[in-house]
Amino acid sequence: MRSGHRVPTLTPAMIAIWAAFATVPLWIEHIGLYQYLGVEILIFATYALAYNLVLGHSGLPSFGHGAFFGLGAYGFGLAQFHLVADLWFCLGAAVAAAALGGAIVAAFISHRRGIYYSLLTIAFGQVFWFIAIKSHAITGGEDGLLKIARLPARLGVVSFDLTHNISLFYFVLAVFVAVSLLLWRLVHSPFGRVLKAIKQNETRARFVGYDVWRYKAAVLVLSAGLSGLAGGLFAMAQSSAFPDVMSLHYSGYIVMMTLVGGGLVTFWGPVLGAIVFLLARDVIGAFTTGWMLWFGMLFVALVVYRPEGLGGLFLRPARAKPAAAK
Amino acid sequence: MALFEARELHLRFGDRVVLENISLAFEAGCLSGIMGPNGAGKTTCFNVLTGRYRPDRGRVMFDGADITGRSPQAIARLGIARSFQLMNLFDEFTVFENVAIALPQTRKRGADPIGVAYGDAALVAEVHEILDTVGLGERVDQIAKSLPYGERRALEIAVALASRPKLLFLDEPTAGLGSDGRARLAELVHRLKGQVTLVVIEHDMEFLFSLADVISVIHWGQVIAQGSPAELRTNPWVKNSNLGKLA
Repeated sequence: MRSGHRVPTLTPAMIAIWAAFATVPLWIEHIGLYQYLGVEILIFATYALAYNLVLGHSGLPSFGHGAFFGLGAYGFGLAQFHLVADLWFCLGAAVAAAALGGAIVAAFISHRRGIYYSLLTIAFGQVFWFIAIKSHAITGGEDGLLKIARLPARLGVVSFDLTHNISLFYFVLAVFVAVSLLLWRLVHSPFGRVLKAIKQNETRARFVGYDVWRYKAAVLVLSAGLSGLAGGLFAMAQSSAFPDVMSLHYSGYIVMMTLVGGGLVTFWGPVLGAIVFLLARDVIGAFTTGWMLWFGMLFVALVVYRPEGLGGLFLRPARAKPAAAK
Repeated sequence: MALFEARELHLRFGDRVVLENISLAFEAGCLSGIMGPNGAGKTTCFNVLTGRYRPDRGRVMFDGADITGRSPQAIARLGIARSFQLMNLFDEFTVFENVAIALPQTRKRGADPIGVAYGDAALVAEVHEILDTVGLGERVDQIAKSLPYGERRALEIAVALASRPKLLFLDEPTAGLGSDGRARLAELVHRLKGQVTLVVIEHDMEFLFSLADVISVIHWGQVIAQGSPAELRTNPWVKNSNLGKLA
């Protein structure tokens, strides 16, 4: 660190991951899977990266992030039904709805840390979930919002039809590339380093002059907004929005994806976690409806024997030990 | 007028009075010592002076401004830094980054979400200068938690110095150090004296009496004696207490 903290904007790993994803539509059906799974993996990989900004990079244990994913999904659908049926506008609405939700939550919890922070995120997550279920006139209640269209991506004179899973996959891949690039820059920026400092020692950060509350609030809003973007894409992909993605157990899924993948020690861990989680759902789920039991056992085994997660396997032993495992 | 003044501070935790009418004044350029037995209220007093606790009554004045009840970050930005009795570092950061993150210019760029962290050559040079001051110039790339105890103590001081403070509070800087470590720290504090106004809580009387210009004795949450080291050596209360025997 003698010459500062210069990190390249593009890395070989980053390009390899993007390139590998770009080939997925070419072979996914040949191994017995289906194109929509690729779309789903990319959406959840984007969501997991956004979530890890809070958990892995800032040390804020949010267990109610499903609320922001759901707000994004509803934001996308409602904007399409009641405002303008334009893809960019609706995705903007998804981000705005989730970021607003994040700002409300952040205003109440950013002075807390540890278990109190976690409990409050759970409580707020449940509040949003309950509102979504009960506001039948707006959200469709438990029936959800149906018939959300896969809007075309208009770029000036060119328009891309996203009704087919392959075209939607490449659109979601473009979003994933943009989000991962943005987050990569962010975690290595001055803002990202302050978040890392707050994660390690909030008291010390405060006593060297950082307004910790503002940083914690800002990162939650940012993470919520990007989770909402993923939620908007999910609503478009499945042509509907349901309250169950806002529930506590769905919020738990993103925590599991992030931790199993190794979000505490690697930037790309959450992506790996999303892949493993969704493959486990479909592959193990093809043999047994109790696939979550097996995945849960994998989660427990990792927490006990490899707390750094699967991503930690790619790191040198000295770097692989997460702060939380001390 | 003193650079920093505490006037009639009072603080209670529940039904227990921990600070009672504490008045202290720290002159610019001096090293002021605070001593007293365990549980006397010294660290609590530091915590009030640096914004961690808000006093129930009394005022804290710095450089002519009333800073009573301001947040630690607001007080730090005014130019007051502190070290802690229990080690308080960014353990996963390198020695370099522990200091770099505490620099005012890093703090000003803290909201930049896409720029390069610590890319400025002047900033890097400043970090090296501070690390050289505390004797950690050869440890820049080492992870903070891997440093030996004495060097972690020095890094604590480096982090506090990074904010370019006008006033530096050191809470038991020699705690846990062996005789060599204490000697090195005494040398460092001696070098800092004159560059920055220092306030030091210390149990090591030899250390404090050799360095301080003025010492305040706190006991039962009150200031029971104040004066130069020579005056305190002849103070009847201090002479009759364990503190006097140590001094």
